[in-house]
Amino acid sequence: MAESYVPLLILFALSGATGLGFLAISHILNPRRPTPQKDMPYESGMIPLGDTRARFPVKFYVVAISFIVFDLETVFLLPWAVQARELGWGPFLAVALFVVVLAVGLIYEWRKGGLEWE
Amino acid sequence: MQELSQTAFLVAATLKVLAVFAGVMGVVALLTLLERRIAAFIQDRLGPNRVGPFGILQPVADGLKNFLKEETMPATAAQPYFLLGPLLSLVPALVTFAVIPFASPLPTPWGVVDMIVADVPIGILYILALSSLAVYGVVMGGWASNNKYSFLGGLRASAQMVSYEVALGLSVVVVLIVAGNVTLTEMVWRQQQMGLWFAFPLSLAFILFVISAFAETNRLPFDMPEAESELVGGFHTEYSGMKYAMYPMAEYAHMLTSSALMATLFFGGWDIPFWRGDDAFRHEGIWIQGFDGEGSPVPAVLAWWKTILTFGSFAVKTSFFILLYMWVRWTVPRFRYDQIMQLGWKVLLPTALAYVMVVAVTVLSLDTVGVPYGFVWGAILTMVSALCTAVFLWVVDRGRILSGAAYGLRERYRIQARTLGREAVTPFGVGGSGTTA
Repeated sequence: MAESYVPLLILFALSGATGLGFLAISHILNPRRPTPQKDMPYESGMIPLGDTRARFPVKFYVVAISFIVFDLETVFLLPWAVQARELGWGPFLAVALFVVVLAVGLIYEWRKGGLEWE
Repeated sequence: MQELSQTAFLVAATLKVLAVFAGVMGVVALLTLLERRIAAFIQDRLGPNRVGPFGILQPVADGLKNFLKEETMPATAAQPYFLLGPLLSLVPALVTFAVIPFASPLPTPWGVVDMIVADVPIGILYILALSSLAVYGVVMGGWASNNKYSFLGGLRASAQMVSYEVALGLSVVVVLIVAGNVTLTEMVWRQQQMGLWFAFPLSLAFILFVISAFAETNRLPFDMPEAESELVGGFHTEYSGMKYAMYPMAEYAHMLTSSALMATLFFGGWDIPFWRGDDAFRHEGIWIQGFDGEGSPVPAVLAWWKTILTFGSFAVKTSFFILLYMWVRWTVPRFRYDQIMQLGWKVLLPTALAYVMVVAVTVLSLDTVGVPYGFVWGAILTMVSALCTAVFLWVVDRGRILSGAAYGLRERYRIQARTLGREAVTPFGVGGSGTTA
């Protein structure tokens, strides 16, 4: 079975080489005439004020945590889903319990306003 | 029909890799042109048609121009990540196509060559893993640019892609319950055996998958990371020349892969409808067409013309979904950011969870009752899913989308009439004095 991965290796090498090749060729071919204005970040023609590495809304962090929870749930569901028909009702009930627990978590987050964006 | 020898396997693998890689690059180049031609068609103008017949050489001209353009980079940018961003976007996008079977197996004098770059046992998990890498390229590009617009674009992109990945994964779980394996070759086979494409017995999963795939590829109406009217160019504001071009290339490659995936998961892949002659699957070392009444395998009849026909079938289905992508892009306006997040977490995720349970219960009940896997089995599942889809659409719609713009207009006339205190005169006829009919 391991040999079925060989074509993937070839494809990875080919794609990586293509990507690097694009960067290299354009680096060789393109002209470079930098000016102070050109080297400034483009923020609609304004001279950038303040630091980009500023604080940003905690919402994104909440989304990231929720994602980890529910993506892990998907990961746990995948092996069961593949075997669901052979396993029958017992394991299904276990999985259903698992899904219910996480659904309660989702409802809790929802009610707490963790999913709201103003 | 003997097995391929080690050498023959390697030669065939190399040829397939080269063909598929060239095919993907070629299609991506053509898609950049096709997108502009379709945009022009929808907006009633001509579009690029000067370079070569029908503008077919436009991608070549664009490519050359991109190589020769001056590339700018902000002096304050984080250079290594700035370079790594486009690379991390493009490379995973180009390799994901590898596990999708694109035609029926081809018999050659040296053995049977299956028409898939790598029939790896992890199948769709490979696609899920690599396509979620796409978010790194976007975030890295946005963060490294040291531009506030890029930074916001990158942040939004990461939150959006992550939100829809959950719904995408769960809709795949539904398919796995029915298919019973993660390899896409087996999924095609299961659809051939059922005689029904999964789009019917798993209609709601198909709808969820399409919506999530649109969000994952950052296409309108989910192109929040770009949002050119709010964030200049979003995460690639600071990119120019070939470094910029690598982002759209990655987007089109993702579009191609997810269209092919929709065709494979839900529309039978390379299967030709209403014809059993093309069915083929490797079962315990031999290629079989199916099982007869006693459960013994019927060998498949492979032929080069079947390979060509099934490839045509696959190409037609994939093209349809690519056209759908473009059609939607030029028809539907962009969502607001809070709407996107609400749709992902409050609509798609609970629906997907509930649907996984509904499908599991239906499938297990069918097996307990003893209905054999086949058309009847699929038809019962189709009815259950149709019910789920109807409920889903009814709840989500609440008289807004399905009823169309006319509904909103009629309501507006009614409200107007009520405030003026007289009978509503609408283009739909004279109706009630402001009360809902």
